[in-house]
Order: sequence, then structure tokens, then C-alpha cells
Amino acid sequence: MTAAACHDPGTSGQQAVVPGRPQLVLAGNPNVGKTTLFNALTGSSAKVSNYPGITVESIRGELPLPGGRIADLRDLPGTYSTNARSAEEQIALDALIGLPGPDGNRAPDAAIVCLDATQVARATYLLLQIQELGVRCVVALTMFDEAGPAAPDPRKLADLLGCEVVPVIARTRRGLDDLCAAVDRVLRKERRATWRWQPDAALRARLDAVRAAMPDDWRSGTRFGAPLPASDDAVALWALTCVEPVTGGPDDDELAVPDAVRAAVTAEPPPHDDQAVLARWRWLDKEIPPLVTRAPDRSRTERIDRVLLHRAAGFAVFIAVMTVLFMALFWWAAPVMDGIKDLFAWVGDRLHDVLGDGIFTDLLVQGVIGGVGTVIAFLPQVLLLFLFLGFLEDCGYLARVAYLMDRIMRSMNLHGRAFVPMLSGFACAVPAILATRTMERRRDRILTMMVVPLMTCSARLPVYTLIIGALIPGSTLTQSLLMVGMYLFSVLTALVAAWVLSKTVKPLKAKRLPFVIELPPYRFPRVGGVIRMMWSKSSLFLREAGTVILACAIALWALLYFPRHLPAGSPDYDALIARAPTEDAKASLADEKQAARLENSFGGKLGHAIEPAIRPLGFDWKIGVGLIGAFAAREVFVSTLGIVYAVGKDADEGSEPLRDALRNAKRGDGKPAYSPLMGLALMIFFALACQCMSTLAVVRRESRSWRWPAFLFAYMTGLAWIVSFCVYQGGKLLGFG
Amino acid sequence: MPLGKPVTVEAVEGARAFRRRLLEMGLVPGTPVRVVTVAPLGDPLRIEVRGGQWSIRRAEAAQIQVEVKPSPAPAKTKPAAGQAPMQALAKAKAERP
Repeated sequence: MTAAACHDPGTSGQQAVVPGRPQLVLAGNPNVGKTTLFNALTGSSAKVSNYPGITVESIRGELPLPGGRIADLRDLPGTYSTNARSAEEQIALDALIGLPGPDGNRAPDAAIVCLDATQVARATYLLLQIQELGVRCVVALTMFDEAGPAAPDPRKLADLLGCEVVPVIARTRRGLDDLCAAVDRVLRKERRATWRWQPDAALRARLDAVRAAMPDDWRSGTRFGAPLPASDDAVALWALTCVEPVTGGPDDDELAVPDAVRAAVTAEPPPHDDQAVLARWRWLDKEIPPLVTRAPDRSRTERIDRVLLHRAAGFAVFIAVMTVLFMALFWWAAPVMDGIKDLFAWVGDRLHDVLGDGIFTDLLVQGVIGGVGTVIAFLPQVLLLFLFLGFLEDCGYLARVAYLMDRIMRSMNLHGRAFVPMLSGFACAVPAILATRTMERRRDRILTMMVVPLMTCSARLPVYTLIIGALIPGSTLTQSLLMVGMYLFSVLTALVAAWVLSKTVKPLKAKRLPFVIELPPYRFPRVGGVIRMMWSKSSLFLREAGTVILACAIALWALLYFPRHLPAGSPDYDALIARAPTEDAKASLADEKQAARLENSFGGKLGHAIEPAIRPLGFDWKIGVGLIGAFAAREVFVSTLGIVYAVGKDADEGSEPLRDALRNAKRGDGKPAYSPLMGLALMIFFALACQCMSTLAVVRRESRSWRWPAFLFAYMTGLAWIVSFCVYQGGKLLGFG
Repeated sequence: MPLGKPVTVEAVEGARAFRRRLLEMGLVPGTPVRVVTVAPLGDPLRIEVRGGQWSIRRAEAAQIQVEVKPSPAPAKTKPAAGQAPMQALAKAKAERP
């Protein structure tokens, strides 16, 4: 009946990722020190956290076994079950049964299962499921030191579970050699894992019924072209728990479920389909309590929670922590970012001095070095945010943030953990989008990514400052109030957008899965692990998003640079400059030449081309060119306008010549080109439009598809156009501007 | 579910995927469970199950049918009087603003 006597013909020595190497997986619940153990075993730098579901990527490493053999070890996402209800569980299940995955998996030769010594029953539940699939297991008993007297006796546990149990403390490397030796012993035995619990008569009858209905290719043998390590009983049990009563459910996405199987599964009405889950727990409740005689000591965590989750004190601490996070991103990072920009400008200037004028020099200085500078300038914020998140996750506070904020975030159908990314969005959308990784469900992550770019990031500030200073009349007070209003407007639109998107866009609709998050015990963060994680995440950002940002920066530079010749009929600027009497006159002629070139560039022509589309918003082609330039980063709008208005490319948002140029700009009929109303419409356009290639590059990287950045760009820019149109045209109808 | 008092799970209702998830967490009939605190904004709840703590929304917790009686598991190892201080402590905590 069980697979006890069956040898495993399929998993030894075929389809190996590295020929001859044993394939191992590391499985376990979230928050059991799994990734810490992975790092200690493989010496790699995967992310470690005290927070469920952080390891969503497949992380591999090499595990040295005794006798010089090397095994491949794959870190699975932390899950409580393998029932494939979430992406993480699906990944774990696929890896365990050896479905062909993105990296060409086969079934593992053995699994190392992390078993939290303070949560033995819950951790063993997962172990039972893995053993049902036929995968041989070695148990790494983690949190052994934390459990103290509450920890079970490893030998008794080993007898009960039918596999080796090794207590480990990853931090001090205690037990790691024993674990490797145990894995080696298991690999030498050619036996499949057996079921520890026996189905009762009712469940047995149902399993038999499903088995009888199973088509041949579901029996151990040929499904998916590779032998399945799981026994027929395991497949029947999987069908019993996962096949939905109606066709077209999530189970049908992966494979076509034959009608006979579906009929056998749904022969009995619910709640009888919970039998398998209940049977496992019956076994656990009978066998585990004699081994665990004392409850783990949670008193320290309870004392801390009494303060940190308190109605008044808890919120005070929460606001303090979030203020520090915000200050760090908004102000502390700024001098470093300015320093980086200055450094790259300096390097560019020196290079220009060495190489002299020329297209190649401009490509190198303005395109490449400027682009690399754009990417590197994100680093201080990205590093700081990952440092904060790492510490907050590791000590267990981030789960409490979700607990405290859930009520507010839920009303907009956002996850409680979306709070930190939204707050970070005030500094910059790029690190904020990277911070969405702290949410375990893809739907929550994507929804947050779709609304974070609406928050008023620091790159919008120079644009607002310029527009308010140049075009909005009134006292400093009204101007300041308008600035505050723009911030409130962005928060409001982000929250409303989240609500609307979650109601209308199908992949973003809330699922019926329970919002249940574990509040893990508080633990001391491990500085080394946090810093290593910070560095590995940041370098991943540089490698994957940074390259896209760099490519876009160079493309955008070329768009505004070529062609080089001046339009026909323009004056001979070089001759004029040579004849100019003063240095000031020379400089202003040079600026005019630059402006003429920009107008004649592809970008300038594009500005003209989009003018009909932005005319209804009150914008002219010059603003159009500015909008195109702003795609590199919103603040570039200011310097692009500086060039367009021939006041020099070094104009900043406080530049009086640029402000005067905007105020005095005339249309063809002699009327002022820009009114305060148009200024307001322009600010609203900037608030809503997705004017940032870096954001799109990061969304592409984090969602692993081009669909979401395309959707983000389309919906934000569409929304920006509509709202700006309403403001401008509505304002005109009401007699403003 | 009363605040602070240990109660026993009788049944978990709701859609299949939802119910299955709670059952797999160990919220099976017969399991002692306790609402430790309510979040400052009134939702979600902090519940204690099998030595671990979870945050669960009110609407979802409402799907869990419980029986208000001392759970059988602790009663076996502890005398019945052992329940009293725990309840008193929980009550005192619940009454504190």
C-alpha cells in the first residue's frame, strides 16, 4: 500500500543539472532559520530574514559532503504546506516532485527539512507531506538553542519520523558536519520515504476510488515524460486535496484533470474533502505531545509586544521608526547622492578635457558616464532601505507593522505590509518597488508596485519648485500650501488608484485566501547576515535594473543629441560667437546654438510631433521636449527647459533667468505662453504621469514581465492626460487663465 | 471569540481554499486557541495557536466556530485551577484600555 518497498528508479543519475551530483532541496516553514542554515551550509549569500515568504527566487548553492563529494542544494520558499495554494507553495511542490521548472529540475535525491524546535507539530506537518511524496528527508532541528528545555529529544523524534534528526545552530556552525554526514548516509540508501501515518478506513476507501479513476500516465511512471518519485497513493492524495469540484479552476491551469478523477474526488461533499488534512493532524496530535512536554518560552516576545503593539506606545514607536526610515531616505541619502552626481560630473569634465570635443567624447561623457551616474545615484537610497528592511525583518518588527497598519491598508485592498513601500515612495519609487518583496503574495506585490509611483517622489520636487516659482502668483504661504497640496493629492490618488485597480484589473483582484500572517518571536538581528543581504539585493539591482536604466539613459541622450547639424536658415553661431564683444554675449550665443540644435534633434522633433496631443493641456512643444527629457529622471525636465529656453543647461529650479524665460514666453499671437492654470495642469501631469524609465525598469525586473511596466505606463500617463485636460479646460471654462 | 480566554476550535467554515489554509496551520477541531489582543485600530486580531502567534482579520476569524470551555489538552497536564490565573490575567489585560 505505501511505497515502503518500492525502490526509486527515477531519481538516481539521470537529467542531473551537474552530471553525477546529488540534487538536494532545503525545505521548511517560514521563520525557522532556513536561509541562515542555507548560507552556513553553502557559504553563499542568499537573503536571510525573520519574515515569511521572503525567498521567492530559487536560490542554489553547493553543499560539500564528506569524502569530497559535492551536492547541489536548492533553497525552497518557506511554506506551511505543499498544497500549491500560493506561488511559493507551487514552487516548493514542483521542486519536490521534479516537475520541469525554469532551471530544468528533476526530483531531488533528498530533502533537508528545517524543523523549528519551538514549533515541532507545525513543522512536522510539512515534513509529513514531503515524505508522502516519496522524498527522503533529513531533519535539521533549528532554533534548538531558543527552544531550550522545550526542544524535543532528537533521538526520539528520529524514531518517530523515520529519518535522521540533527540539531543545528547555524550561527555557530554547530551540528553542520553531522548534518552533512547524515545527508551522505541517506544518499547511499536507495529507499523512498514512507508514510508515517496510516489513512483510516474512510480515507483509504476514497484514496482507492481516486486511484482506480487515475489514468495510466498519472501512475508512477511516465507523467510529464519523467518518472514520478511519488507513489500512486501520493498522487491520489494530491488529487483529493487539490482537484477542484468544477472545471476551469486553478488545478486545470497546470494539467487537464480527467473527468473520472474529478468525479471520484467530488463523490463526497465537503467537508469530507478535509479528511487528509485532519488525518495528518490527528497523527501529529497523538505522537508529538509526548515528545514536547513544555511549551516554548515566549515571555520575552510577549513583554516586547505589550509595548510595541500597545494602543498608544505602539503607535508612538511605529511613528518614530517610520520617521527615521523616511528621514534616512529623504535627507540622509541626499548629500551622498549629490556627491555621486558631482563626482560623475567632475569625471566627465576631466574626460572632456583629455579627449577634446567630438561626438565620441559626448557619447562617453553625457551618455555613458551620465547614465552610470544616474544608476549609481540610486544606490545610497537602495542600500539604506535594504539595511532598514533587513533589520526590521530580522528582528520580527515588520510583521508587526503589517498587524498595526492592516486596518488602514485593507480599506484600499492593499496588504498591511504595503505601508513601508508606500512611505519609501516619497523618497523614490525605485527602492520602494524593491521593498515590495517583503510581501509574499504576487498579487499584493504587483498592486503595490502599480500605485507606489504615484507618491510624490523627491525628483518631482525640483519640477514643482520651478513651476510654482515661475508661474503661480501669490505669497510664499500660498505657494507652500500648494506644495503641501501636491503631496496630499499624491497620497489620495495612490490610495484611490489601489482601490480602483483591485476592483477592476483581474490579476489584481483580492483572492479569498485568508490574510493570516505569523507574528514570529523577536530575535536579535544578525548584523553580518543583514549586511550581506543588503549587498546582494543591491548588486542584483545594479545588475538587472541598472543595465536597463543605463541603456535607456544612452538611448534618451542620443534622442536629444542627434542629428548634430543646425536647421537650415539658422545663423552662423560660430562666426557670431567669434565676433561677440563680451564673454556674456559669447555665452548667451552658445546657449542659443544649443537651443537651436535641441529643437532640431529627434527629441525636439518628437516634441513638435506630440504637440497636438498635449495642446489641449495647455502645453507647447517646448514643454513636450521637457517631458521627453524628464523620462530620464523627472528633475531633468528643469535642465532640458534650460536648454530649450537658451539659458544654459546648468539652470536649476531656483534659476531666475529660467523663471523669467517661462514667465515671458510668448505664443505666436503674442499672448503669454504659460498661465498659472497651465502651471497647475503641468504639475498635475507630473504628479500622475509615469515619467520615469528607472521605475519602469525596476517594475520590469520585479514583476518579471513586460506586461506590468507597459500597463503602469499606460494607465498612469492616460490618467495624467485626462486629469490635466479636465483641470486646464475646466479652469478655462470657469474663467481662470 | 472572547478576548483572552482559551477556547476550542469546533469547525472552520468558508470557501475551500480558505478553510484548507487554516486547517493546515493547525486550526483543526479540538485545538485550543486564544485571542491575545486586538490591534489598536480594532482589526486584525492576534491569536495564539499551538504556541505560535498569528494576525488574522475579524471577518476571517468569524469563520472559525469555537466552543467556550477549557480546552482538553492543557487540562490533562495541569489541574483545573491552573486555568484560572491565565484567564484572570487575560481579562485584566482585556479591560486595560
